Amino acid sequence: MTRACLQALWSHWRRNPLQLFTFLAGLALATALWSGVQAINAEARASYDAAATTLGEGRFDQVLPKAGEGFAQEVYVDLRRAGWQVSPVVEGRLRLDDGAVRVIGLDPLTTPGALSPVAGTRDIDLSGFLTVGVLFADVATAARLADLPQEVVVDASVAPDTVLTDVGVAQRLLERPGTLSRLIVAPEQPMGLLPLADVAPGLMRVAAQGSSDVGQLTDSFHLNLTAFGLLSFAVGIFIVHGTIGLVFEQRRGMVRTLRTLGVPLRRLMGLMAAELLALSLVAGMIGVVLGYIVAALLLPDVAATLEGLYGAQVAGGLQLRPVWWLSGLGIAVLGAGLAGAGALWRIARMPILASARPRAWAMVAGRGRQVQGAVAVVLLALAAVIGALDLGLLASFVLLGCLMIGAALALPLIVGAVLALGQARARGVISGWFWADTRQQLPGLSLALMALLLAMAANVGVSTMVSSFRLTFVDFLDQRLFADAYVRGIDRDQMPGVEAYLIAQGYDVLPLLSVDTRLAGVPSELMGARVGPAYARNWSFVDAGPDAWAQVAAGEAVIANEQLVRRAGLWLGDALDIGDGLRLPLVGVYGDYGNPVGQAIVAETLFTSLFPEEAPRQFGVLGAPAEDLRADLGAEFGVPSSSVVDQAAVKAFSLGIFERTFTVTAALNVLTLAVAGFAILMSLLTLSAIRLPQLAPVWAMGLTRGTLARIDLLRALVLAALTAVLALPLGLALAWVLLAVVNVQAFGWRLPMYLFPLDYARLGVLTLAAAGLAALWPAFRMARTPVSQLLGVFANER
Amino acid sequence: MLLDVRNVTKSFAGADGPVPVLAGVDMALDLGQTLSLQGESGSGKSTLMHIVGALDTADSGEILFDGRDIAALDEAGRAALRRSEVGVIFQQFNLIPSLDVTENIRFQARLAGREDPAGVAHLIEVLGLGPHARKYPEQLSGGQQQRVAIARALAVRPRLILADEPTGNLDEATAAEVLAQMLALVADTGAALMVVTHSPAVAARMDRQLHLRAGRLA
Repeated sequence: MTRACLQALWSHWRRNPLQLFTFLAGLALATALWSGVQAINAEARASYDAAATTLGEGRFDQVLPKAGEGFAQEVYVDLRRAGWQVSPVVEGRLRLDDGAVRVIGLDPLTTPGALSPVAGTRDIDLSGFLTVGVLFADVATAARLADLPQEVVVDASVAPDTVLTDVGVAQRLLERPGTLSRLIVAPEQPMGLLPLADVAPGLMRVAAQGSSDVGQLTDSFHLNLTAFGLLSFAVGIFIVHGTIGLVFEQRRGMVRTLRTLGVPLRRLMGLMAAELLALSLVAGMIGVVLGYIVAALLLPDVAATLEGLYGAQVAGGLQLRPVWWLSGLGIAVLGAGLAGAGALWRIARMPILASARPRAWAMVAGRGRQVQGAVAVVLLALAAVIGALDLGLLASFVLLGCLMIGAALALPLIVGAVLALGQARARGVISGWFWADTRQQLPGLSLALMALLLAMAANVGVSTMVSSFRLTFVDFLDQRLFADAYVRGIDRDQMPGVEAYLIAQGYDVLPLLSVDTRLAGVPSELMGARVGPAYARNWSFVDAGPDAWAQVAAGEAVIANEQLVRRAGLWLGDALDIGDGLRLPLVGVYGDYGNPVGQAIVAETLFTSLFPEEAPRQFGVLGAPAEDLRADLGAEFGVPSSSVVDQAAVKAFSLGIFERTFTVTAALNVLTLAVAGFAILMSLLTLSAIRLPQLAPVWAMGLTRGTLARIDLLRALVLAALTAVLALPLGLALAWVLLAVVNVQAFGWRLPMYLFPLDYARLGVLTLAAAGLAALWPAFRMARTPVSQLLGVFANER
Repeated sequence: MLLDVRNVTKSFAGADGPVPVLAGVDMALDLGQTLSLQGESGSGKSTLMHIVGALDTADSGEILFDGRDIAALDEAGRAALRRSEVGVIFQQFNLIPSLDVTENIRFQARLAGREDPAGVAHLIEVLGLGPHARKYPEQLSGGQQQRVAIARALAVRPRLILADEPTGNLDEATAAEVLAQMLALVADTGAALMVVTHSPAVAARMDRQLHLRAGRLA
């Protein structure tokens, strides 16, 4: 019986291959975008975990210098003598021909268990690690270390762009003899230890954070990606839902017949559910493969984004991790289950003698319209309430969900009302029929239109956010890069001579000194600047006290970027410890977009007194065209022309990084819109198959097939245009939520919102083109429908 | 002569080659005349009706409509002929589901540019559709839907009315009532009527009865 039933059920798909394709393609596309995003997230998280495991971040308490980059190794010896179970770490950037890698030196004898890879590598003996020097790195990084004298061992668990070695070897490589960066505190400590402040007053203990800093920093970015993945998945599920609904409606007759012939309902339901499961697994597998391709294409840009925004290192290669391909299959099955549950339920409740006529008209009549409207109103009201209250990051994503789903549910009602208005005002007979028939088609196209609405609103919202961010960023660059040219990358010994020469030439020279350090426990950059009128004229603050620059110039105060003050929980009036026990009041907070680390600025004189060995790393030069400077400095000092950079080039470089940062978002935007276009195509193709009985009488009364095809094309364009018009305010609302709610919750700062009418017009044209393209094939099929097929509608012996 | 059909042939593609449906049919029909076309299933009666109604084309032969050869018309020409000269009543009614009763009745007349509100109102009244004028097809019974289809075909004031099993989906009493109303209205317009039917009772009400057997008139 089971085999016969399955054969009967499968015969529907065999006779309707387009429906089978729609189901598989819709679910596969939905799964692809979801699992693609999951693959990227899994890869990034694996990289963070590798880094955290390597460095002990998150798992063990750390002892760090209160200020500065490092501390003397003797302090470590003092702590060990005092009984502290601590292990030394030295870390820094090692410059190679093709960039830099992060070098981390550990002591395998004192490192807490399972932190060092030495223990897990059988063919490396400990004495070799300690004496000759062995470097551990992943495959890509190991290849870059070929010129180093040390043996390089490939270890996939080491974070990307990171080299792990013995602490002594690291000190030699980094040229920091006798200096340590931090200490890892073992979980078990002897009783009666002397307090840390007594043994090492310059150090402070930081508690384990449970997860890595970078993991927390990037959570918001990954949440955004996941939200995009979910949105794409929702768009795909709209396709699947429509197909499953149609398939089950069309099989009502078969179900009735099978039950009449004695197949128990329970068996039939089980077989239909199994059929759904099998198909969703097939679609899921196709989707996972497609997702892998999407992820592999996007991952390099995501890696660049994470490094640009957060300084997080993510491997550029993709691994087949079970967590995401299993989640891909899982979500395919879940999506098909969600889409098919309602249809299965209706079949289960169908009386055995119920009419086998498809309930297409019941669907058309839109019995659930009132319920749908009520749910939409409730969701939109909920969104408004959450928007008005300050409930945290998760709530702001709930707000986004309510807004998008509520608007999607409201769409068919609003479009229906507009179409009714069109019908009421139509003068001609064909236009009257056009509006009436479009209303008739609306329920069948609703899901595709909702998908289009979501895709387009996401496009408007995200592009508004990105473009607003871009404008703000450009403005920020104009403030920060006010010098005409920058001199950098020349020999430190040459710097004083070059500076003196430039001043003698009458140029305004602004040297920039900096050291990497920790300020208030936050990895930061402390800068020394020659504060003058140029700074006061060009820089704008997020918040500042009166005469902020004057106080900084006098060496009496410090200013810091938002990243530092928010992470350290500081604001104006608080004091910041900048080293050697010197605490200065914070008098200004400035925006510093795209900088992953904290930053503070003090006067040049104060900086040089704190760090007398530091020389300026670069100069900003006012009033000097870069071309002239290149010629002058080249002739006088032999400075290569590449060391003199003009302001425009720096801006272009910064903007280049920025643009790459949002490549992923743009790619996901396009993919989502493409999926929505596919949804329209599939809906129109599906409808065209069941629509012949509606069109044949109109054809019989004297409209040609070509005219009907053109009307169908126009219908798709009108519906897409209506959807686009409604997507615009929804997209702007989305942008506002992203900028004014999500951004504030995630990053702590709010961006101004700008409008970009030309971009929206371009997107509208793109949407119409997508809808037009999607409608072209069904319209072409309509124009070429054989007369015999149209006549078949009128045949008596059907 | 309104309709003059000469040696018309038509075949359809089958699994084993072309299957002849009409094998040289000759017939004529003039204004004010009624004619029934009977035959077994597959005898070609619906095909012949479709060809004379410019819904389909013949493989060979001539179909002269008021002296014009339909076979020589292109698709647009055939569509124009259907729009203004032919009214078709189908067994399945084939109303436009998105339009209400009145709009359905007016539809073809408006397409042909011959809308006559008074005429439409008269048809609605005569056919007893007044209480249903704003209803949609799905809200009507089969008999009511067929009355709407008749009204729609007549509202355009065609010269040729084709009815394919017009009462085939109706119960006996309703069928008799609908047929009577249709014949009375057709007689009023002076159009030619060709009815395809299995029913001897329906055929008996026509001026002439033709039988098709294996693609030929018997």
